[in-house]
Amino acid sequence: MRTLFDKSVKGRMAVVPAMPKKHAEDMLPHNLLRAKPAKLPELSELDVVRHFTQNSHKNFSVDGNFYPLGSCTMKYNAKVIEHVAGLAGFSKLHPLIAQLNHGEQYTQGALQAVYEIEQYLCEINGMKAFTMQPMSGANGEFTGVMLIAAYHKDKGNKKTKIVVPDSAHGTNPASAMMAGYEIVNIPSKDGMIDPDVLEAALTDDVAALMMTCPNTLGLFERHLPKIVEKLRKIDALLYYDGANLNAIMGKMRVGDVGFDVVHLNLHKTMGTPHGGGGPGSGAVGVSERLEPYLPVGRVVKNSDGTFKLNFDYPKTIGYIAPFLGNFAVYVKALAYIMRLGKAGIPRAAEYAVLNANYLRKKMDSFLNVPFDRICMHEFVSSPPEGMKALDLAKALLENGIHAPTIYFPLIVHECLMFEPTETENKDTLDELVKLMQEFVEKGKQDPEFLQQMPLTTPLRRLDETYAARQMILKQEEE
Amino acid sequence: MPYIPHTPEELQEMLNVIGVTSLDDLFADIQADMRPKSFNIPEGKSESELTAYFEEMAGKNKTDFINFLGAGYYDHYIPKAVDALAQRGEFLTSYTPYQPEVSQGTLQSIFEYQTAVCRLLDMDCANASLFDIGHSLFEAGMMAARHTRKHIWVVDEAINPIWRKMLATYSANQNVQIVTVPHNNGISDKNALIKAIDDNTAAVMVQNPNFFGAIDDYTEIFAKAKEHKALGVISVYPVMQAVLKTPGEMGADIAVAEGQSLGLPLSFGGPYLGMMACRKELVRQMPGRIVGKTNDLNGKEGFVLTLQAREQHIRRAKATSNICSNQGLCALRSIIHMALLGPEGLKRTAETSMYLARVLADKLAKLPNVSLLNSAPYGNEFAVKLSQNAEKIVSVMAKQGFLCGFPVGQYYQGMENVLLLSCTEKNTEEQIDKLVTTLGGLL
Repeated sequence: MRTLFDKSVKGRMAVVPAMPKKHAEDMLPHNLLRAKPAKLPELSELDVVRHFTQNSHKNFSVDGNFYPLGSCTMKYNAKVIEHVAGLAGFSKLHPLIAQLNHGEQYTQGALQAVYEIEQYLCEINGMKAFTMQPMSGANGEFTGVMLIAAYHKDKGNKKTKIVVPDSAHGTNPASAMMAGYEIVNIPSKDGMIDPDVLEAALTDDVAALMMTCPNTLGLFERHLPKIVEKLRKIDALLYYDGANLNAIMGKMRVGDVGFDVVHLNLHKTMGTPHGGGGPGSGAVGVSERLEPYLPVGRVVKNSDGTFKLNFDYPKTIGYIAPFLGNFAVYVKALAYIMRLGKAGIPRAAEYAVLNANYLRKKMDSFLNVPFDRICMHEFVSSPPEGMKALDLAKALLENGIHAPTIYFPLIVHECLMFEPTETENKDTLDELVKLMQEFVEKGKQDPEFLQQMPLTTPLRRLDETYAARQMILKQEEE
Repeated sequence: MPYIPHTPEELQEMLNVIGVTSLDDLFADIQADMRPKSFNIPEGKSESELTAYFEEMAGKNKTDFINFLGAGYYDHYIPKAVDALAQRGEFLTSYTPYQPEVSQGTLQSIFEYQTAVCRLLDMDCANASLFDIGHSLFEAGMMAARHTRKHIWVVDEAINPIWRKMLATYSANQNVQIVTVPHNNGISDKNALIKAIDDNTAAVMVQNPNFFGAIDDYTEIFAKAKEHKALGVISVYPVMQAVLKTPGEMGADIAVAEGQSLGLPLSFGGPYLGMMACRKELVRQMPGRIVGKTNDLNGKEGFVLTLQAREQHIRRAKATSNICSNQGLCALRSIIHMALLGPEGLKRTAETSMYLARVLADKLAKLPNVSLLNSAPYGNEFAVKLSQNAEKIVSVMAKQGFLCGFPVGQYYQGMENVLLLSCTEKNTEEQIDKLVTTLGGLL
């Protein structure tokens, strides 16, 4: 393993910008200049291209590998959406042009894209309005809870708490904290929110309940109508964590069933790539009563069909992003939605759920599947007693399949959470089943076999404790 | 069926295995009264229709302006190798590197990014990215509030006003108070900043070059912060950082930067890149993912995500931040960009941009009715005072094909005649002459 810095040779250059007509020392006083140049790597263009190409080969990716990674919706990322988002008419556009006096006339295409995806997302989710500003799912959660806080403050409600089920993603309580709330955790029962436990938690000072539906166990929340009723009684709002929207899009609209605010993970549900950790897009939709508080600027359609940016919303929470969020990400999502259309959106949900249930049925003979009922787009399971989820996950890596999500949700013992998505074919699913069955059988006879895995990946198991103790977080200069 | 591979026979076989008769049987939990009340969206488009649709939409944007608009977001040249490498499916379609055995490509790139950010900003530790600079400033403030257990942020009004709006929005429900110190005609009022720092200060925040382009040395301010056990936070422009005095040299505790100028297209506002680096003592307060070096079972060197006990998936409500997804691919683009330019390429980029800004400033200052806003040292951006409303001038100039800068009156009352102009190495002296001639004709 050699880094860019190991390969650096003094004086070597890749891109060679023209020699400047003046140097910094001739343009600025000495005391404002850095004492010595930043030791960035010095390489040829081929050095750089080869370095990153070789390193890319050390990654699994959806393009190269099946990723049955629960809660992450690693579906295929269509190539056409990259093309449209990269069009020069979008990529070269300075965001401040739209804020100039009469500047919107030069950005009509971009404003149209924002307006159109907001309209699509409103109709798909049954919401009154959307903001595209949040730059990730968690950023959307924060935005959503800030909107809830603004609503209660405006109404004069004294609310200090947000209720979060124990099966929720860790971002939920963390986002609610950032928005100024205390967190009330409630345990689930048989994979569902227990209406009695919820009832007890719903004191008058509760601002909202954050729900993931289907929940992180892959189960549809059966008590949903009752929950909505309970919340209404104390003027608490219902928040929808859209991490699992892929299971229900086109089959249910969260606005129709009583949710007041929803964040989506367009990088999951709407097919934009994960990029090795981001960027995502965490669009937030709201019901009518939360609309006045949405972040600014907002894209508005004029009566003549043109678009403009409007900042004049006195109750707005302010700016979540500097401009209109991760624009190039949600242009991809818009293209994906338009490609699928009216029939394709619900069909994606149907085949995602089909694939998950097929896997669940095929695997329940050798894994413990705690909930014997139809699951949604993902399901949880545990290995036989004594076997580690981690070891099975690592054995899959050895065979070219990415691990499922493991040890989440925390409430399932040695949890293995599989989400195949709709874009995988039956042969791929069968291969996963075959491998998992083999591993479980071999693991029973020879526990060491699994503990050794993986053997031939670019690296074998890494020492995370050593990393945390040594804290080597950068390469030191020589 | 786009992106769904099942044949009718396979569908039937799979339904049989599950024990249901139709796809809709899988959704029995969603009762009839919970089904969509409407679903009024158009039918799907073919790939060729889709491409044509978006090409037409993109064509409605005007991107062939002669451009002198920056204001925090700059049109520097992006080498083609950045796209070619960052768009590789192995990077583009991979997940967060939680399985390090099969994610060394991403992990090593982040480690290299962290190293380059530390060297450019002259700091000890960097994270794997935050959303953008506004978000980075907020998280820096929160780090300071946790570290010092104090709650006042002293903020220079010469920090980009959009980022300050984000700071106010994000911190609205936190126990922090923002004290804004007015600028002095586009120059940071260092005396007032120093006066504003006291024992209740958690952080002092400045920007270099500031929003108006003025370059300064904030060493004294960070020294005063240290005296009062407050943290010094500085926002910098990474390209200019190739030549400017570093956050480390000034004694800053946390340095943040908008990484857009390092290989990211303007893309109408995003995705961008929030860079963050800090002193070693603060690393456990830093939000976001961090990559560390380690060894595998065979003793081979490699990388993992580390110090995860700070993060939401472990600590939930007690995490340093709620951040999960970050701007990974943008960070990758920026390390590729930095590797392609190297120290000399980045320095030349900064210097040519600065040189052109001087050519522009000199010529503008010779026009009647135009004067430089102040005499502060500047980099590739500076403000001028016009004899009339800058917003109107910008609008007329746009009709003539120029983005002649940002009218700052939109965000600073009383500065309606002030125009902020910037150059990058992509500008030419010919463009400058055209701009000056056209502008001269209007004033």
